[in-house]
Amino acid sequence: MKDDSRKTTLDPSTRSIIDKIVQENNLNKGAGITILQQVQASLGYVSPPMIRRISKLTGITASALYSIATFYAQFRLEPIGKHLVQVCHGTACHLAGAEKITETITMETGAAEGHTSPDGKFTVEKVACLGCCSLGPVMTINETTHIRLTPEAARKLAKSKKKGCKCEKSSHADQQPGVTPDE
Amino acid sequence: MSEKKYAAKITVGMASCGIAAGAREVFNTLKAAVKELPLALDFSGCMGMCYNEPLMEMTMSDGSRYLYCQVTPDKAKEIVNKYMESGKPVSEWLAYAEDRDTADKSFLVQQQRILLKNCGIINPESLQSYLAVDGYAAIKKALRMHPEQVIREIIDSGLRGRGGGGFPTGTKWALARKTLSQDKYLICNADEGDPGAFMDRSVLESNPHALLEGMLIGGYAIGAQQGYVYIRAEYPLAIKRLSLAIAQAREEGYLGRNILGHGFDFDINIREGAGAFVCGEETALIMSIEGKRGMPRIRPPYPAESGLWGEATSINNVETLANVPWIMLNGVASFNQYGTEKSKGTKVFALAGNIARGGLIEVPMGMTINQIVFDIGGGLASGKALKAVQTGGPSGGCIPAKLADTPIDYESLKKIGAIMGSGGLLIMDDTTCMVDVAKFFLNFTQEESCGKCTFCRVGTRRMLEILERITQGEGKEGDLELLEELGQSIIAGSLCGLGQSAPNPVLTTIKYFREEYEAHIYHKLCPAKKCKALIRMEVVEERCKGCGRCSKECPTDAISGEKKQPFTIEQEKCIRCGLCVSACKSNAILIYPGARGEEYNG
Ligand SMILES: Cc1cc2nc3c(=O)[nH]c(=O)nc-3n(C[C@H](O)[C@H](O)[C@H](O)COP(=O)(O)O)c2cc1C
Ligand code: FES
Repeated sequence: MKDDSRKTTLDPSTRSIIDKIVQENNLNKGAGITILQQVQASLGYVSPPMIRRISKLTGITASALYSIATFYAQFRLEPIGKHLVQVCHGTACHLAGAEKITETITMETGAAEGHTSPDGKFTVEKVACLGCCSLGPVMTINETTHIRLTPEAARKLAKSKKKGCKCEKSSHADQQPGVTPDE
Repeated sequence: MSEKKYAAKITVGMASCGIAAGAREVFNTLKAAVKELPLALDFSGCMGMCYNEPLMEMTMSDGSRYLYCQVTPDKAKEIVNKYMESGKPVSEWLAYAEDRDTADKSFLVQQQRILLKNCGIINPESLQSYLAVDGYAAIKKALRMHPEQVIREIIDSGLRGRGGGGFPTGTKWALARKTLSQDKYLICNADEGDPGAFMDRSVLESNPHALLEGMLIGGYAIGAQQGYVYIRAEYPLAIKRLSLAIAQAREEGYLGRNILGHGFDFDINIREGAGAFVCGEETALIMSIEGKRGMPRIRPPYPAESGLWGEATSINNVETLANVPWIMLNGVASFNQYGTEKSKGTKVFALAGNIARGGLIEVPMGMTINQIVFDIGGGLASGKALKAVQTGGPSGGCIPAKLADTPIDYESLKKIGAIMGSGGLLIMDDTTCMVDVAKFFLNFTQEESCGKCTFCRVGTRRMLEILERITQGEGKEGDLELLEELGQSIIAGSLCGLGQSAPNPVLTTIKYFREEYEAHIYHKLCPAKKCKALIRMEVVEERCKGCGRCSKECPTDAISGEKKQPFTIEQEKCIRCGLCVSACKSNAILIYPGARGEEYNG
């Protein structure tokens, strides 16, 4: 993975994704953050070569882009695992035992907090409040939200993802955020 | 919807809290179930009763409403079937109905809903649904008035900013209007960085057009042509629904050029936050919209004089703006009949933590904490005594139970060292360690400090180190005095609200829970049994059934034993993670406040 982020050239498909995003946003004043966000949303992270490409196209200096990417918690400079696990560590979830949930998940997946597991399957992150505070502890896996977790329930979820359970594909498509029921 | 006659309408609450609790499955089941039946089906946002989600409401043809709670797909089918058989609402699982006494009635009847009036009622993805409840009538009214008159109304209503500071909204608008500036901007602060508060999310997901309408009125009042909503990326559903609402409003001429034929041009764009708490601070937020690191700057000049791109800018919170249409429509007097002398109107609070009924409530300002916690919130979830209420998040303070008769308004809270903040209320019982809570908040602000001013950057770091030492059992005499001293200098020396308020959780917990700090420092005890370095876990032999669940959960193999015999914990290996405690079904693992098994005697 590290090797990947050190690659100095971008493959053509990555490059065309970036070029398109820049084209769509470059007219807005101050679009640097938005561009980085959209690149990360499409490619999972922002690597040095991606930043160089964005810099070249927008005229925003690479150092300015780095300074954004390192300031805001959202940006990842490393690729993420197949499953992104985000454990809420907001106040309500902290009081409800978020720490135990993170401990369980990191133990179960082998991914240190803030990092990706050696097998590339899981990235585990602590995040600030997910806005479901009265239902804590809360955690999202690939944008599906799980509430009122216990360590056992969290472990079960991680286990089922490890195995790649059959229901995964359909439930994932079903649970995209913001896909409200079709009328 | 077709001309078909419906006997009843079913609405499922589908904000992100509801969806997380399983509302989507309920909705999909209902969709299949009502296909051939004379029942209409729709969804809404958050009804506020988060502790009871998923929620489904049935509205009869005579308008009477029946709210069902903790609905599962099976329950939903059963409710529908029974209704079709009998033509009457089912009594089971009812959380609320006007004509009966339900266990949850007291949660709703003591509220006064202005802002949340239509949340959980209308379909947030339908403009028609908003228009049906007088949506966009307020902007029509405002456009027939002079902007100065609009500002006058807001000043007279007594509306104060709901984002934390409580600055009078009308006065802020008047300043921005007065400033000579080529362009003007209205920014909605939807960053909601305060962990434990979720009212802004709920409004965005449940009634996004109300926010847009509030922004339109504000934009008209100050003379802006462009609005921004700065919204946190952690709220994907809110972003989706707001984007949809903006597109609909543009389509129907509520946004864009020459709005409603009044010659007023105004458009709104979304900017997504990127995960920095400090960007909720208004000058940092402006930097972030400009595409830079969000670093606060010294004020004055205030944004109203020099804001986005150096132009006059008004920054208002979601809840503040979403109150505006109601005030314009219903008049100043109906708004300020609620509240106290200096805090007018209602306020939405997010009840979370150890509370029986966690969720969103809206009450007149001036209600006491006790009323909110016990009369509305149903007391503590654990059934134990109230220990403290934390308000205002990382900028706020902990209010001890003995002061819970304090009315909640800006001034009264300030007097006791807490603040209103955005309205998060975290309820704590005696299993909460106040030193740990203080450490939690300080850790948060320390990580989130932008690092620009030394007091904030280094000072919070030092305070955190001391708190860490105390929870590690290495507290020393003089630590509390040092914390207080550091706290005061950080407050005095910091540039922005983050640093100026960061010590508050520490200072209020020292003020009201000093003996708990002292137990940690002098007796190496954690009365709430939370701080890992101080506590001890042991198996109670008589209770242990020897099932071995605990040893399976234990990450360090500290627990061993034979099946059907009491297990034992090897203290040297135990890391006090507590996984065994939650795994044990027979309550056989006891936690002691001290490392040698001492008890705490207050
Ligand atoms: C560190 C910090 C974080 C803040 N976060 C928020 C926030 O998330 N949302 C918000 O509306 N205001 C926040 N504020 C307050 C804003 O700076 C500003 O006062 C507010 O948005 C003004 O709107 P109002 O007058 O409607 O309250 C924050 C202030 C500070 C100092
Ligand atoms: S504290 Fe976890 S969702 Fe808010």
